[in-house]
Amino acid sequence: MNLEFSADEVAFREEVRSFIAENYPKHLSADGLRDDLSPEDMVAWHKVLGEKGWSTPAWPTEYGGTGWTPTQRYIWSEENARVNAIMPLPFGVSMVGPVIYTFGNEEQKAQHLPGICSGDVWWCQGYSEPGAGSDLASLQTTAVRDGDHYVINGQKTWTTLAQHADWGFFLCRTDPDAAKPQEGISFILVDMKTPGIEVRPIKLIDGGYEVNETWLTDVRVPVENLVGQENMGWTYAKFLLAHERSGIAGVARSKRGVEQLRDIAKSEQLDGEPLMSDFDFARKVSQLEIDLAALEITELRTLAGEQAGKGPGPESSILKIKGTEIQQRLTELTLEAVGHYGTPYYNGMSDLGSNEYPIGPEYAQHSASTYFNMRKTSIYGGSNEIQRNIITKMVLGL
Amino acid sequence: MDFNFTDEQSMVRDSLTRLVRETYDYETRNGVIASESGWRPEIWAQLAELGLLGMPFSEEDGGFGGGAIDSMIVMEEFGKGLVVEPYVPTVVCAGGFLKHAGTAAQKEEHIGGIVDGSQIFAFAYAEPRGRYDFADLETTAKKSGDSYVLNGHKAVVIGAPWATHLVVTARTSGGQRDKGGISVFIVDKSADGVVTRDYPTVDGRRASEVYFENVSVPADALIGEEDGGLPLIELVTDEAIAAQCAEVCGAMKVAHALTIDYAKQRKQFGVPIASFQVLQHRMVDMFTEYEQSVSMTYLATLRLGDDENARKQAVSAAKVRIGQAAHLIGQEAIQIHGGMGMTDEMAIGHYFKRLTIFDSEFGNVDHHMKRHIALSS
Repeated sequence: MNLEFSADEVAFREEVRSFIAENYPKHLSADGLRDDLSPEDMVAWHKVLGEKGWSTPAWPTEYGGTGWTPTQRYIWSEENARVNAIMPLPFGVSMVGPVIYTFGNEEQKAQHLPGICSGDVWWCQGYSEPGAGSDLASLQTTAVRDGDHYVINGQKTWTTLAQHADWGFFLCRTDPDAAKPQEGISFILVDMKTPGIEVRPIKLIDGGYEVNETWLTDVRVPVENLVGQENMGWTYAKFLLAHERSGIAGVARSKRGVEQLRDIAKSEQLDGEPLMSDFDFARKVSQLEIDLAALEITELRTLAGEQAGKGPGPESSILKIKGTEIQQRLTELTLEAVGHYGTPYYNGMSDLGSNEYPIGPEYAQHSASTYFNMRKTSIYGGSNEIQRNIITKMVLGL
Repeated sequence: MDFNFTDEQSMVRDSLTRLVRETYDYETRNGVIASESGWRPEIWAQLAELGLLGMPFSEEDGGFGGGAIDSMIVMEEFGKGLVVEPYVPTVVCAGGFLKHAGTAAQKEEHIGGIVDGSQIFAFAYAEPRGRYDFADLETTAKKSGDSYVLNGHKAVVIGAPWATHLVVTARTSGGQRDKGGISVFIVDKSADGVVTRDYPTVDGRRASEVYFENVSVPADALIGEEDGGLPLIELVTDEAIAAQCAEVCGAMKVAHALTIDYAKQRKQFGVPIASFQVLQHRMVDMFTEYEQSVSMTYLATLRLGDDENARKQAVSAAKVRIGQAAHLIGQEAIQIHGGMGMTDEMAIGHYFKRLTIFDSEFGNVDHHMKRHIALSS
């Protein structure tokens, strides 16, 4: 056992670091620059990586993966986090892509995987429904076979960035009479331009619009868009959620966040000294760093297990729970660090037509909004209560 | 020992409960906080009519002879409705300065205006680099003949966009962070050289950055002793903290009730999520935190008239305990609401935001923990 990078890995780190330095879009480099991103901004780096062949490192090489070891992938995410890179959205790369190359047919792979790699096709996720959140299997959206089409009716919610999506993957009930709710669900790919789809924005507590309600009324989808077998969608959905969970830990991003927090706490003053010199505050930052170190090694152990051929299992729920708790704590401490300047509402200022120059230090600007927004992380991707249920059942056997 | 309210206090509470219920429903409030002015002068007029703006002043000063307990009652009801109108800056802060240190002429000039609703105040104490130390001031007031000239920048002055007057802390002598050399002034917001930049706050109120550019005020704008303002500022802000603790208790009470209601209605796995023990215990913890907060609000409020040390200790203890409770209750309320808690459409998010920002007003948990330690050793 050891934690050191090999000479090859150090060389790899130099290679990706200089690639990022040379190719990462300059106008997207500022720290804390996160809202008011245009759809083009959100996929700009994805497209560059698509050309380089680096947008889907974790995929099998035959479908566009890089063949990197888990350690190399870890280095890759660290190097991107160093510059706060706006990474490819997960809906194609980490969610539907692996489902398609694992369970899809050859036509589906040929049709969809290249667009995910290149970043040309934007995907969204049609899982949750107003009545089916933590209890996802109770979903009510139906897909009824009519000749060589499915006719889909229902309502999905929390469809992130669906307003920009070209395609969506939807869980639909195809057998309403199945013995268990988990049976009778199918995984269907839907062209978002199909008539009958209406996407309505949901305003969140931070003032932003990133999720939507998606209404499907008599949406006719060719049967070729069924992934895998009819009524087997729950298996694919669970596979996808386990993939989603491991990415959700966000270790590299949180490490960068801790550095930014330290910088902020060095700028902020308490009794004429940097806030970072205050023992009470420093202790909280260190606690966060310690928790993050534990999470990092746990994630590396999971990655090593994957390399040895074990897929992400139920223990990836640990990564989701701790990863999101750390992300939330980070935003909470950042808000605490900025003191009074967490209070102004910057989104609201542009609503009211004044946005000339920042109020207070620039790093304070989105501290409250980010704190509010990140409360979602312990709710989405299977709430942290559900993650605990998974560990209870699948790991502890209780 | 007596934790009962008088008949008059119960009547005030009942009339306020009604006012908040009738005028501060969630949709109406949302419309108001998104409007250009961000508040309702007609609500202020109603508060004046009910006598609430004059409640803490003595009868000889033109008020109704109430005290901190009355402010506590008012603020708890305001907290339940997330009322944005500037009661604390005007009645508790400016009113407090006038009550404790105002000259007969100053009282004459301002208390009547506060009571009838025509004078609205904001309290400009925070500065970009001062964090929570009232003595860490870069704003200066220099004596020049019969007047003082103010220069400086005050940060996040709550309610300033609506104010007619400002209470301003400034350094009249000594070095930055010296405890001496601090003075308090009443400044007409329309005075030459007062420049404001107004903005909304994340918790639905309005605030301003206030810049003083050679603002000349007459000598009688000084309230309290020249250079000896700090103890007065601490007294008034302790009163403001106690009032805001009561406000936050009101907000926590509603956040808890909304969470229980939602958990009873929301079904997953065929049953209300309120039937899950893991959520039940967390709602019990929220309840416990709320009850402890009410107790600390009483403690702080009832100790406001004690000697300085006892008062400060009780107020800091309350600010620490309630700051922690507000965080826990806000976060748990959102979590138990699930995705719906993240939407602007549900009231709970607005309570969460108010509960969050409370911590940074007049000193956060760490600040008051330090003050408590200093007073206890």
